[in-house]
Amino acid sequence: MRITRHGMSIAASLAAMIMIFMMTAVSAQERLKLATEGTYPPWNYRDTSGKLVGWDIDIGNAICDRMKVQCEFIAQDWDGIIPGLNAKKYDLIVASMGITAKRKEQVAFSNRYKETISQFVARKGAIKDASPDGLAGKRIGVQRGSIQHDFLIKTYPKSEIVVYDKTTDVELDLLADRVDLMLQNKLTSYSGFFKKPESADYEYVGPDLKGGLLGEGNGIAMRKEDTDLRDRVNKALAEIIADGTYETISKKYFPFKLMGE
Amino acid sequence: MLDFSLMLEVLPKLWQGVGMTGRLSLLILLLAFVIAVPLAFARNARAPLLNVPAQAYILFFRGTPALIQVFLVYYGAGQFVWVRTSFAWAVLRDPFWCLIIALGLNGAAYSGELFAGAMRNVPAGLVEAARALGLSWYSTMRTVVLPLAIRSALPAYSNEIVLTIKATSLASTITILDLTGMARLEVARTYAPYEVFLAAGLIYLAIILVLTRGLRVLERRWTVTR
Repeated sequence: MRITRHGMSIAASLAAMIMIFMMTAVSAQERLKLATEGTYPPWNYRDTSGKLVGWDIDIGNAICDRMKVQCEFIAQDWDGIIPGLNAKKYDLIVASMGITAKRKEQVAFSNRYKETISQFVARKGAIKDASPDGLAGKRIGVQRGSIQHDFLIKTYPKSEIVVYDKTTDVELDLLADRVDLMLQNKLTSYSGFFKKPESADYEYVGPDLKGGLLGEGNGIAMRKEDTDLRDRVNKALAEIIADGTYETISKKYFPFKLMGE
Repeated sequence: MLDFSLMLEVLPKLWQGVGMTGRLSLLILLLAFVIAVPLAFARNARAPLLNVPAQAYILFFRGTPALIQVFLVYYGAGQFVWVRTSFAWAVLRDPFWCLIIALGLNGAAYSGELFAGAMRNVPAGLVEAARALGLSWYSTMRTVVLPLAIRSALPAYSNEIVLTIKATSLASTITILDLTGMARLEVARTYAPYEVFLAAGLIYLAIILVLTRGLRVLERRWTVTR
């Protein structure tokens, strides 16, 4: 009886080992799990059928195609998204995550896969020159404590910087002519302010503002020890940018470039 | 841990906002008082034509949050093109005047009700005696009712002044850099809300402490010795 039970457990362990071996053999193609937030349209969100869709999902899948791996996207709440990566619940975070020094302490990032672009908005024809000298004495509305606020304080000392609790408050005062311009994330103003009928008389002015104080852009995050994976993601990213796949995907969502150069 | 050197560092910055807080408080109190006195008479009047509108006014301004009133005047007025093209826009464009109008109208409701109550509390016998002596309505008010009413309203009105000063902190929500506005700016810069807001709170406390002491001296001097 005793021996039999012992024998059974040995047999069971053997069977388990064989099964594991077979499973690895079957999935000769590597599988990766990708986490995204799923509540941040148009970047990553669920369509009416509950399927994860959006720019991040398209880009993630294109990168997986290039790396020749099978990928599966899963939704993960934002505040647990980095701990989940380090707990190996998934291998990559493709969720338009901003690259910051603080996050770099916990995870590794791919090269930038999207830039954080800010641009001034003003009444059509009102502003010809958006340089610091051109905007001397002008009133610029901005959200208090935002990267754009920081940027304005240091770069536009001759302008009057008017601070608001929320970006939508800045928009109201731009419409009411209490400020001459506003500065916010270009993609935010494109999908927010410029989708409203009241914005018909307004336009982007000055160049795309990015880099430095305005943020390092977004990256794909992976565990720090996965250096090999990081190199492969970077290579795949460079390839889809070079062959136009990246541009084709982005054009589905925005009419302007998400990456410079 | 509490960073005292940071609190000292932000103090001069916060001080820049104190002047604005003072100007706002003074003008709000002035506007509120100027409206509150006739409002109190209307509130006590027998004629419904005076009485009903006064009560409605008081009900509206005491029954809705001051923040909503500030937003109504600032963002609400700016929504309409006809307002933006009218002469009033010169005033309403400026967040400074928007706050004074909103909080002035708000304070008038509280003070008006307060003054009306104080006038009603003047003993009817005194009023009748004054009229029996042949004093006109105006003289009765000036020499009998108002002096007594002011004395009895003063402690509650001191409270009103303190509440008004604290209410000016709403200014920071419509871009005004008052004491709270400067504090929020410093918080955005230093990421140290605890130290900065604590320093700002202490400044408010100091202002109000000095003021209430002063008002108490006035109360004592004006109170009828019994």
